[in-house]
Amino acid sequence: MSIEERQQEIISEFSMFTDWMAKYEYIIELGKELPLIDNEYKVGDNLIKGCQSRVWLHAEEGANGNIIFTADSDAIITKGLVALVVRVLSDEKPKEIAESDLHFVKDLGLNEHLSQTRSNGLSSMIKQMKMYALAFQIKSIE
Amino acid sequence: MELQTTLDIQHLRKEFPILHQQVNGYPLVYLDNAATTQKPKSVINAISDYYSRYNANIHRGAHHLAHIATEAFEETRNRTKTFLNACDKGEIIFTSGTTDSINLVAQSWGRKNLNAGDEILLSMLEHHSNIVPWQLIAEEKGAIIKVIPINENGEWDLSAIDSLLTSKTTLVAVNHVSNALGTINPIKQLIEKAHTVGAKVLIDGAQAVAHFAVDVQDLDCDFYAFSSHKIYGPTGVGVLYGKRELLESMPPYRGGGEMIKSVSFEKTTYNELPHRFEAGTPNVEGVIALGTALNFIHSLDWQSVHEHELELLQYATEKLSSINGLKIYGTAKEKVAVISFLIDGIHPYDLGTLLDKQGVAVRTGHHCTEPLWNHFGVVGSVRASFSIYNTVEEIDLFINALKKAIQLLK
Repeated sequence: MSIEERQQEIISEFSMFTDWMAKYEYIIELGKELPLIDNEYKVGDNLIKGCQSRVWLHAEEGANGNIIFTADSDAIITKGLVALVVRVLSDEKPKEIAESDLHFVKDLGLNEHLSQTRSNGLSSMIKQMKMYALAFQIKSIE
Repeated sequence: MELQTTLDIQHLRKEFPILHQQVNGYPLVYLDNAATTQKPKSVINAISDYYSRYNANIHRGAHHLAHIATEAFEETRNRTKTFLNACDKGEIIFTSGTTDSINLVAQSWGRKNLNAGDEILLSMLEHHSNIVPWQLIAEEKGAIIKVIPINENGEWDLSAIDSLLTSKTTLVAVNHVSNALGTINPIKQLIEKAHTVGAKVLIDGAQAVAHFAVDVQDLDCDFYAFSSHKIYGPTGVGVLYGKRELLESMPPYRGGGEMIKSVSFEKTTYNELPHRFEAGTPNVEGVIALGTALNFIHSLDWQSVHEHELELLQYATEKLSSINGLKIYGTAKEKVAVISFLIDGIHPYDLGTLLDKQGVAVRTGHHCTEPLWNHFGVVGSVRASFSIYNTVEEIDLFINALKKAIQLLK
């Protein structure tokens, strides 16, 4: 499934929620799921520090040259959002990740979590994922 | 303006247009007043009036508009002098905010007076803006920073102060009221002790001026800093009070227009106080509107402000304390209407997000006091801070929203 198809799938899942509470209940459920990252990667080097909540991100190369992302956060809503972004971008080709347009966050009306004021590490995480993608691309050219 | 000896809250709320709106489909409950207070109509109108009638550059032009603008600007200086009970208006310097005021003292007084081995005494309760400016100058001068510790209630450990104040202490820089916990610090006592070892004292009054009267002569502090936007005035304006003899001994720290007496390429002589420290065109409309904000405060009676805020503090503390797993940080005997808290197993960001979804504005995070939260061993808190226009009904809305958020998160 392409990055665009994955985004459409999430948008359609969210379309059944009629109010903010149902939407957030779902995000919180996603956040409550098992740790998204191995504890050995939940270290300072992988920490993306926001002003409010923290995000850990780890990237590795899959067998087919795709990038596998795992991530976590100390805040449950951030973690739910992180899970969605990972679902969209992980196990994809570096080029696709680097060039992706993550419009689903805005489409779901969750843009406030990407704004500067919230500084929750989510927007920094997306930037970091694209940086990894570029780095993997350069590595594969070399 | 008529003095309001008991606060008519509903009448008062009408003065604040921003309060009457829905956020995410819920009535706005604004409980982030320690970050910034909302503005009464009179302050908003003052800015518009300035630009509509008498916008001009001040202290310079010989024309009619410049004259009116200069008068209005200097009238705020007079009102600020009265507000703080300073000796003369030359002791009132306009800056861009508390942060700017502190940096002015650090860069001007600090650069001239600090030497290697000198000690600067701060407290565990300080905002980053009363830490970093001192670190910058201390590093440059080889001065040492010492910190007053706190007890579990978030009050200074007074027994530690005597050993921390020594002949090496050159400056003490502390806040009057903690922005994170609301603690009212016993600064008068500290100032007296600091003066016995010959140290100067700067008070960061950002969180104090909205809650009670401040008298710099009675306190005998050497510097006092505050921001307009925390007392119903506009952002981008701050005040630095300094004792005249200190300010006169201080070199200018920013050069430009306004602050000079005469300039030649060989030698420049500097203007007198307070203009020496006000280089460039100031925030004219902001300063004028601060004057209007001070008038607004003057129309209130401090005793009734205190009684109302105390009622809000006690009611909210009682309601919050009854929530399972909730811990309040900052339980000082003397505190303003600020409550920092955490709920067992829930991240403050999550609570803040779900409160916002229900129209309740609080602050979450470390509130620019990272050392304090490291001391408590937590990432930060949720902070509800109250103002004169908040009501008991709003606290009920806040508590209900909080309970719903907890229910969703647990």
